[in-house]
Amino acid sequence: MKYIDEFRDPALARRLIAQIHATAARRANAQPIRLMEFCGGHTHAISRFGLRELLAPAVELRSGPGCPVCVTAADDLDRAIALADVPDVILTTFGDMVRVPGSRGQTLQAAAAHGADVRIVYSPLDALDIARQHPQQEVVFLGVGFETTAPGVAAALLQAEAEALPNFCLLSLHKLTPPAMRAILDVGEVALDGIIGPGHVSAITGSAAWDFLPREYAMPCAVAGFEPLDILSAIDALVQAVVAGEPAVINTYARGVRPEGNRVAQNMLAQVFEIGPANWRGFGAIPDSGLTLRENFAHRDAVRQFPVQLTPAPEPPGCRCGDVLRGVIVPTKCALFRRVCTPRNPVGPCMVSAEGACAAYFQYERECVNGLNGFF
Amino acid sequence: MCLAIPTQIIAIDEQQMATVALGGVERRISLVMTPEAQVGDYVLVHTGYAISVLDPEEAQASLETFAELAEIQAELGGPAIDEIY
Ligand code: SF4
Repeated sequence: MKYIDEFRDPALARRLIAQIHATAARRANAQPIRLMEFCGGHTHAISRFGLRELLAPAVELRSGPGCPVCVTAADDLDRAIALADVPDVILTTFGDMVRVPGSRGQTLQAAAAHGADVRIVYSPLDALDIARQHPQQEVVFLGVGFETTAPGVAAALLQAEAEALPNFCLLSLHKLTPPAMRAILDVGEVALDGIIGPGHVSAITGSAAWDFLPREYAMPCAVAGFEPLDILSAIDALVQAVVAGEPAVINTYARGVRPEGNRVAQNMLAQVFEIGPANWRGFGAIPDSGLTLRENFAHRDAVRQFPVQLTPAPEPPGCRCGDVLRGVIVPTKCALFRRVCTPRNPVGPCMVSAEGACAAYFQYERECVNGLNGFF
Repeated sequence: MCLAIPTQIIAIDEQQMATVALGGVERRISLVMTPEAQVGDYVLVHTGYAISVLDPEEAQASLETFAELAEIQAELGGPAIDEIY
């Protein structure tokens, strides 16, 4: 068992696709079953393996807000860029963040070209190493990510505390996923029949974090892994739930996700963070959707340590990332898509991150003629 | 961003750090979130941390469900999938 190839078997993928079509055909009204994949990782895999086309017209897949880079608000980025310009600050972050344009089109990458010290790290642990190696400078970690990513950042902070490392602090832009899911359903701009639940978020939160979907919204949710058979079996389970009219949370990623999640990681989050409002691109402020540092970590909070002046930030003109992130339009409906906005010259963040819906559509959906994109 | 890669633990040291092979390169990752992980286990690795120990029995159960599906369709004569696509 290597946990990858076994879940890519092309013959089984085709069986599942056939079963999905057969089940969907039993639906009383002949409408397509509309599912949202919350997670950008799923968006990427769906595009890469050509699943959207193979499942049409029985199933319609719409991307959601599950790309942490994409939902980072422009003024939060402005703050990060302003921090990078503070003398003696080393700003560390994950790769995708350096190319996301702020409110005036400026990026961390451009700030670095003008002399700011911006470093890409693979892990928050690497940022700790940089702090140890540069005791005269302040290392700020720009923390972006959902429940999957935030515990590692919490662990790094706890380690900095344990070592009494004085020059390490955090700009926390971490966000929680269930409140965003609620926001989409409450606004009701997009009609949905079911949700493909984020697999690695759920590894931390547990599949039970989605119990509110069937309970409060009569919406089935299938927690899914990221290989083709994982995604297809989640869609299969959702289509069955929709046709039977029996909404439930179905965990199709039980090898990595337990109902209760990862308690150790949850405890680390609770130790370091408290829940507060957060700004989401495309949504504005969503209550109780962000992780801010607790009072006893104030000395590690870049917002409190480095107050910067910010002017309110408009979205880039013409960019419809907000509508894409709320699932209201598909990327190809944006007038700038492919014509002006490309991965080389991204206008909005949904074209920057590999998990952004615009980037996924740009990269894969044009070539995809017969599905599965040559993977099988 | 939430990408997490399944990989096998090769060794564990006293600091709850594990050696794994990721993309053919040996890396050290932290096991603070999965203290139950043992050498030989597969874990999901995200930004330098193991976030979950993969459960081989659950994986096997999923694969068996898929295999059953294939059998059922074969018995029913199955939809002639190759004709559809
Ligand atoms: S195609 Fe570009 S400009 Fe249009 S919504 Fe996507 S990122 Fe924004």
